[in-house]
Amino acid sequence: MSTANGKTNGRAMRGLFGRQPVAVRVLVMVLVAVAAYMLPYVGSIPLIGPQIITQGIDWPSALFNMSYYVLLALGLNVVVGYAGLLDLGYVGFFAVGAYCTALLTSPDSILKTEWAWLYSIPIALAITMVAGVLLGWPTLRLRGDYLAIVTLGFAEIIRIVATSTDILRGERGFSSIPHPPGEGTDGKPIFGVADATPYFWLGLTVIILVILGVRNLDRSRVGRSWLAIREDEEAAEIMGVRTFKYKLWAFAIGAFIGALGGTIWAGNQNFINSATFQLQFSILVLAGVVMGGSGNIAGAILGGALISYIPDRLRGIEAGGVDLYEYRFAIFGFAIILIMVLRPQGLIPSRRRAMELKDREKEVAPQ
Amino acid sequence: MSEPHIETPEQLDEANARRADVPIPTGPATEEEPRSGRPADPDALLEVDDVTLRFGGVVALNSVSFTLRKGEIFGLIGPNGAGKTTCFNAITGVYRPTSGGIRFQGESLVGKKRHQITTSGIARTFQNVRLFPEMTALENVMVGADAHHKTSVISALFRLPRHWREERTGRARSLELLRFVGIEHRAGEVSRNLAYGEQRRLEIARALATNPTLLCLDEPAAGFNPAEKVDLLNLIKKIRDTGVTVLLIEHDMRLVMGVTDRIVVLEFGKKIAEGTPAEVRDNPAVIAAYLGVPTDAA
Repeated sequence: MSTANGKTNGRAMRGLFGRQPVAVRVLVMVLVAVAAYMLPYVGSIPLIGPQIITQGIDWPSALFNMSYYVLLALGLNVVVGYAGLLDLGYVGFFAVGAYCTALLTSPDSILKTEWAWLYSIPIALAITMVAGVLLGWPTLRLRGDYLAIVTLGFAEIIRIVATSTDILRGERGFSSIPHPPGEGTDGKPIFGVADATPYFWLGLTVIILVILGVRNLDRSRVGRSWLAIREDEEAAEIMGVRTFKYKLWAFAIGAFIGALGGTIWAGNQNFINSATFQLQFSILVLAGVVMGGSGNIAGAILGGALISYIPDRLRGIEAGGVDLYEYRFAIFGFAIILIMVLRPQGLIPSRRRAMELKDREKEVAPQ
Repeated sequence: MSEPHIETPEQLDEANARRADVPIPTGPATEEEPRSGRPADPDALLEVDDVTLRFGGVVALNSVSFTLRKGEIFGLIGPNGAGKTTCFNAITGVYRPTSGGIRFQGESLVGKKRHQITTSGIARTFQNVRLFPEMTALENVMVGADAHHKTSVISALFRLPRHWREERTGRARSLELLRFVGIEHRAGEVSRNLAYGEQRRLEIARALATNPTLLCLDEPAAGFNPAEKVDLLNLIKKIRDTGVTVLLIEHDMRLVMGVTDRIVVLEFGKKIAEGTPAEVRDNPAVIAAYLGVPTDAA
């Protein structure tokens, strides 16, 4: 049959966008990236702009918040969406990354190294990846809900250790964590306290690099192995897939991306303490991934952005004498329920995931 | 050995009949091979040596021994619940034998990890088709082809030359295998959308992609009509002709008799007979096991 050639692979899995020629796809992606870099100025668009930007928090800061939530969603998407491992303690990796940076750079640190922010990054990323492997090694033999419980415990352990050990300074936290380096032409640092726009651009740049990396992995034997593990772990193993190794890699890559978020966040905040890394943070990011569309990069980005944007947008809005921000979690929860009822596969689902979901529905209710 | 191409069930029966006429030089099928100190068979590919497997109080396999020789099609038959699939699972590392040894090309398989057993050259299909349902047919086969690939996570991440090279060769080989089993035109289709027969063939292609020396087929003809069975039988012979040894579990006696070189019969986890199809067919214990005739009456 001459119809079958290399290009038939995945044809059924692709949507309208995937069927376009490569040049068109690249052009669209570049345009989207440029538009993303212009987001801080969206307020100047007449009529629509003021509706989009936040009121109670300056718009660049809200954008920066979105950027690290998106980063976390992308990382968690590798673990949950690709490898199918339910991780409820993802904030633990974010915390390890942030604490490594704090320990290496802050004058409050017992290490007294006071490195520049940039130099702390490789160490923070490496240590967090090791933390990912250390968590994964004993726990990845567990599946489903059991794994979720163990990872939940991991995040709590990190938080409690941070609260109760002297080295990590608990609630007192670390102050004077340096900002990222760089000076503008006027001699002022690029990354200051007044304007969050450069931080957003930094976050966005990291996001783009992460997207490229994750996409490369997804479209290789690594992505195939993850998908095989998700669909039938035993069959995958019998077909020669080293399931444990690839699950561990998923954890390590997820940890790496989480640590990226943590270090950037620490560089922006200047100060971290143990109160930051609450459990709800993990749940929120997971909600973002599921809401956006698990197993799909675009879905994870949208979900991650929304979980940060919706509460921030509610800031400073009064309705009938009450500040809506006070009710942000209630409103947010309602929005999630609504999305889950109307679109259980997520806002931008992966086609495969959507089919898996349909299959499971059939299993539950035949006919 | 060369055999006439079989195209209809009738020809299959004829072929079986011809086989039965051939005089068998070996001894009676029930003869027990000496268990220990057995001289190593130079042609032996897989040696199942006195394997016992217990689940709690249930003895699923009871001192089962047999040896597969290179290049043959070997049948494993028996009534329902006889332990055929359990035997498969012990060979492919899904279960670990309670006692006894399994050697493949002289190396013990017991305690090896499943993916190690696969890369050492044993591939299998499943009694109930277990494809990766949301992957395309081609992707399914490529998972099998990945078993021998060396692309690391790092070279996949940065798209190093090895990634491209192995993606290219893996894809070409997978397409070739889809053509071999006759479903190349369905390469881009999600495997859950394939017809049942195509799914069974896809599973064989996926197993072959791991480059096996020994291919284990677990009831590959289950649910097939007679014409499909004949096609499958020809496919199995084609696979053997490429130099792959085949271990076949099958219910359909006619198919087993038509294709296998030697057969082991299991009943209640015990080996009750071993020999050529003709020997096994005339063995009273086998007839009793299949037809329920008491052994003393036969």
